[in-house]
Amino acid sequence: MSTPATIEDVERRLRERRYIGDRSLATSIFLALKLQKPLFIEGEAGVGKTEAAKVMAEVLGARLIRLQCYEGIDLAHAVYEWNYPRQLLHIRLLGETEDRRAAEREIFSSEFLLRRPLLDAIDNDDPTPPVLLIDEIDRSDEEFEAFLLELLSDFQVSIPEIGTIRARQVPFVVITSNRTREVHDALKRRCLYHWIDYPDLDKEVEIVRARAPEAADGLAREVAALVQGLRGMDLYKVPGVAETLDWARSLAALGATRIDAGLVSATMGAALKYQEDLDRVREQVPALVDKAKRA
Amino acid sequence: MPEVDLLPRLGAFARLLHDAGLEAGPRRLTDATRALVYIDLKVEDDFRTALRSVFVSRKEDIPVFEAAFDIFWAPPDPRAPAGIIPGRSRALPLSPERAKAWADALGLNASQMNREQDQNEFPASSSGYSAEELLRHKDFEDMTWTETEQVRRLLEQAPWRVAERRTRRLRPSRVGRIDLRRSARHAIRSSGELMMLFRRKPRVRRRPLVLICDVSGSMERYSRLLMIFAHAIARREDLEAFVFSTRLTRITRLLRHRDLDRALESVSKGVHDFSGGTRIGDALGDFNRKWARRVLGHGAVVIIVSDGWDRGDPSQLTSELIHLRRSAHRLIWLNPLLGSEGYEPLTRGMAAALPHCDDFLAAHNVAALEDLGRLLASLDSRTTR
Repeated sequence: MSTPATIEDVERRLRERRYIGDRSLATSIFLALKLQKPLFIEGEAGVGKTEAAKVMAEVLGARLIRLQCYEGIDLAHAVYEWNYPRQLLHIRLLGETEDRRAAEREIFSSEFLLRRPLLDAIDNDDPTPPVLLIDEIDRSDEEFEAFLLELLSDFQVSIPEIGTIRARQVPFVVITSNRTREVHDALKRRCLYHWIDYPDLDKEVEIVRARAPEAADGLAREVAALVQGLRGMDLYKVPGVAETLDWARSLAALGATRIDAGLVSATMGAALKYQEDLDRVREQVPALVDKAKRA
Repeated sequence: MPEVDLLPRLGAFARLLHDAGLEAGPRRLTDATRALVYIDLKVEDDFRTALRSVFVSRKEDIPVFEAAFDIFWAPPDPRAPAGIIPGRSRALPLSPERAKAWADALGLNASQMNREQDQNEFPASSSGYSAEELLRHKDFEDMTWTETEQVRRLLEQAPWRVAERRTRRLRPSRVGRIDLRRSARHAIRSSGELMMLFRRKPRVRRRPLVLICDVSGSMERYSRLLMIFAHAIARREDLEAFVFSTRLTRITRLLRHRDLDRALESVSKGVHDFSGGTRIGDALGDFNRKWARRVLGHGAVVIIVSDGWDRGDPSQLTSELIHLRRSAHRLIWLNPLLGSEGYEPLTRGMAAALPHCDDFLAAHNVAALEDLGRLLASLDSRTTR
């Protein structure tokens, strides 16, 4: 599939794959593609950051390569690792007689290389450059950020035994962060930045209809309105769009076509994840339901 | 390339952003120029998004960018009074001189450039209380210069550092788990014979500190000293700092000035309710909802400094403390009054707080702060909870 030619094209293709986003997101994606720069997406949990990258892979007809970050992630997990057991076996089989230098050259060849996501993203034979999703970068640590900085400026990796591997084609890189810590400015400077906000009511209804089609129209609207009401409350963990979808699906699975106080009380665990929040909301369920039905 | 006369305009816009505190160096300017090639400049929203995606890199900068964009690319009618233009009432954080220079350059009234800081920028944690909330600038001049210097020197030379925690990152070491990667690599060099075992163990890092300081009226005598304390720690430790009286304000960035007096000046400018009343529960609730997830990672130690004179609801304070204690590695409450003779923690707030803190210490003089230092340095050798 060709790269989108206009912003409208990006918008349309996202929509076709049931991703309902703002025009501003489409604009940022379009520019990231054109400028060949990584797109750094921030937003509260559950607003569709990861999903945006996944859908982009479909839109471009490209392979999605995902790197989930965590504290302590290092090059052996993110870029490459030698397959030591195989190398050891191989060198043992060769025995003492063989030419040692030739043997070393052989075992430090790509055949013995375990390719991790970042190497895979810059060194591959894909017909279309892949989409590289570096998910939740805020979970990694400064050492890893420093490495990424280098990778994202030159799109090359050096492996001492083999040499420098340069990207034949620049992958489309999407980096997401939940802002559990501030990511270093130098890394962000390499990227285009986009903040995804919670959608407004109409947009959220549209998202529910697109992604949870099993929910009846009336139900979709009421659940979306209910979650919008919850977002206005003083909660420890405000529900995201992912929670709206879970909730709509749960209610649909129960055969509900409208909401009522009983159903909402029984299922609100789909949207609220803290005991304190559940307690706080429980008292106000009838009022919230009432308001959602009128929205 | 975009139209030729757009480029100088774009350069001027980058300078405006720079003056307002955003990063707008040559690299970003180049990116912006490249981005505009692909945008229909007549569509204002796309133009705006393109520049935003280049010049903004954190959520906090978005309002500043929007205000600058409005002022620069879609200037309001200069004859209209500032307040009435819908959507254009956001403040641009410029120094008065810069604001005037920009107003002249763009042909605007100065009032349209740099309005009084919007109160919403520091949202009150509760709207109800405190008709008499004292929104006055508190001057930091009370302590003599000599005293300040002495305190600062003592704090900077204090022999303690915050305790370390083990991270998940491993580094080579003589003891610890076997490092298969290095061992195998070495073995390959010796024809596949495992001659040596290499080991590695988790790297250690200092725990981050989170300081939440009460600067309400009853704490007035201590505020300046505590800010000096915060500044001294911020110079050497990983510190997030907040102050509150009726509302919570983050001062981490304001403390970054190397020079103490400039740091204190920017704190006093940035914090609008020094010496107001106290609502500790509200402030901690604010912290729990807006900041806890962002600053309590990596085993942070939370220090609350307050005398516990609370005008709010003790049960709210209790529930917020329980929540906070669950997300922090350790919760320490410093009370300056604890140093005074015969003090008993009988204030409602203190009585509510006490059972939920790991430690309860004094903070009335440098010696007490050094006790705190020793506690922080020894954290891991004590079991928590």
